[in-house]
Amino acid sequence: MTWTDLQTALAAGGYVASDDLSVAIHLAVTLGRPLLLEGAAGVGKTQLASSLATARDTKLIRLQCYEGLDAAQAIYEWNYQRQLLTIRAAAEDGETGKAVEDRIFSRDFLLERPLLAAITQDVPPVLLIDEIDRADEEFEAYLLEILSEFQVTIPELGTVTAVTRPIVILTSNGTRDLSDALRRRCLYYYVEYPDRQTELAILNARCPEIEARLGAQIVGFVQKLREEELEKVPGIAETLDFAAALMGLGIADLTDDPGVLQHTLSTLLKTQSDRAHITPEVASRIAGKAA
Amino acid sequence: MSRVTKFAARDPGPAARVTGFMAHLRENGLRLGVAETQLALTALCEVDASQPDQARQVLKAICTGCKEEVDQFDPLFDSFWMDMGRVKQKVVSTTPSKSDDNMHSSREAQGEDAGGAGSANAPDGGDGPAESDGEGRLIATEVRNLMRKDLRDLVRPEDITEAEAVARKLGAALRDRRSRRRIAARKGDRLHFRKTIRASLATGGEPIRLMRKNRPDRPQKIVALCDVSGSMTVYARIFLAFLAGLMRSDPTADAYLFHTRLVRITEALRDKDTMRAIGRMSLMADGFGGGSEIGPSLGRFARTYAKRFVDGRSVVLILSDGYDTAPPAVMDAALADLRKRGCKIIWLNPLKGWRDYAPVADGMAAALPHLDLFCAANTLADLAALDREVMTL
Repeated sequence: MTWTDLQTALAAGGYVASDDLSVAIHLAVTLGRPLLLEGAAGVGKTQLASSLATARDTKLIRLQCYEGLDAAQAIYEWNYQRQLLTIRAAAEDGETGKAVEDRIFSRDFLLERPLLAAITQDVPPVLLIDEIDRADEEFEAYLLEILSEFQVTIPELGTVTAVTRPIVILTSNGTRDLSDALRRRCLYYYVEYPDRQTELAILNARCPEIEARLGAQIVGFVQKLREEELEKVPGIAETLDFAAALMGLGIADLTDDPGVLQHTLSTLLKTQSDRAHITPEVASRIAGKAA
Repeated sequence: MSRVTKFAARDPGPAARVTGFMAHLRENGLRLGVAETQLALTALCEVDASQPDQARQVLKAICTGCKEEVDQFDPLFDSFWMDMGRVKQKVVSTTPSKSDDNMHSSREAQGEDAGGAGSANAPDGGDGPAESDGEGRLIATEVRNLMRKDLRDLVRPEDITEAEAVARKLGAALRDRRSRRRIAARKGDRLHFRKTIRASLATGGEPIRLMRKNRPDRPQKIVALCDVSGSMTVYARIFLAFLAGLMRSDPTADAYLFHTRLVRITEALRDKDTMRAIGRMSLMADGFGGGSEIGPSLGRFARTYAKRFVDGRSVVLILSDGYDTAPPAVMDAALADLRKRGCKIIWLNPLKGWRDYAPVADGMAAALPHLDLFCAANTLADLAALDREVMTL
């Protein structure tokens, strides 16, 4: 599979990836390296992982990072309740200690969390480690070990080595600087806001029923809006919401009705000061330029 | 620019070229090891490496690690592979009398010759280890600036060592912030009941393993913005040394310079070689000693970098005299924006140390209501004395 095939496969699943990005993903897949995606919120980092899973017809395993995430939630945990119940039941049946012990520390009693689940699949899954910058630095160090060795040691059970290597995608919104060690081990791609053609292609892929003229207007409008000084710049998800809102209201032309346009802006502008900044006059001026 | 570099016939082959390219990137501040070179070669085998665009995409994915490096990569790639740099080079010294000519030679030369010097493979000029590094010599630039100063003339290593001590002291004063909340910790002064009960499940309800919790350190991150406009030139030595010291003593600190533009110098200042760090900084501080646009620069900071690096646990340190050429409203808006991120803002003004100084400059007056602390600082001793005031923030 070359990178162009991958690009086509992604496009079939409704994800329009640029050439750079396709090459980066292709390398991540062929070289078995994790891919670190950075970029503003709403440029489609997380979506890429799920589209990649669809394109390769494998499972998506997702680990959402947050402050205080620890090994028990990320790797594995014993199912204590079940173990206790089993011990109770075994005591009544008169089973011996050793047999029970072997039984309750077997794979059946192990709760697989995303990282362990990802390395025990028969078909290499896509492992999405989302918003790695939210996790603590200690967890990052731990993650490094798993990403380089692809094995997990469980004291009671032994070492679990990866059956297949998952395709690892890490995303970061840049709320803190990641360690150099992590960056070194990953391939890197910075996801920008899409340009006009790309965004139009995304819009057409996601909302095929949209009229060509309105689609071009919507994309033009959002592109122009991104040039304004906003606190929260609208991402692609916002564009799609905006398009859905306009279609839902049965609007055929952006410049038709400034009032309705202003109402639908709530899908694009997410802070009070941005709303105040884009007055109806500004909005219709931008719409006029975009048309 | 679009022509592909013609390598000499004696060139030993693609592997050597890629190695040379890696060395070229390394010289320009990207941190790459042998493993990356190997990975790059493997990766190039996976695609059609004879297509410049594909080779570029591949190498970009492997060699870069953050947004700044991505932005830096394309010019570096062009300068090596697209005929702006050569593999076989002679080091041509345009002004052999000056010891630090590396910084000047590429700017004064024009056109294709400009990027000639400085491949990793070329021997250095032998001007001593600190002076003869190849920082950025291959980066082509058309921008001319008459107000160019080499900051290495301004800042001496002794200053930096001294400033390091000061920065460490100040950093410690700022950092001593402990949270009220307790979170799980291996060593803690209280029991973490919820976790203890949860862990006791594994031992049949007997709490054998006691979990603990402690009040975590919530270190304040220092973000320093230094004004290097014309009016600040006299104080630049102190402040730049302070910045360098700060970056050395505190791995989480962040530093920026501004005059009419804003540049992030964190990466450059982290360079282990002190003088090289200053050299890289002076390359980035194009326009040093020029005009000052404090408000717009701060605004740009609030809109771009601050979104990534400033949060409620940050202290923004502005080192400036407050003489702004932009209207005060811009300053007002910029600082209000910055404030919204929940950070503390400290303004250190060298002029405040003067007798009878009043912040009457429009920009300064507009900034005052947004500041948590407004202090004088024009010597390292002043900066050192700040720790008590900072403690009360």
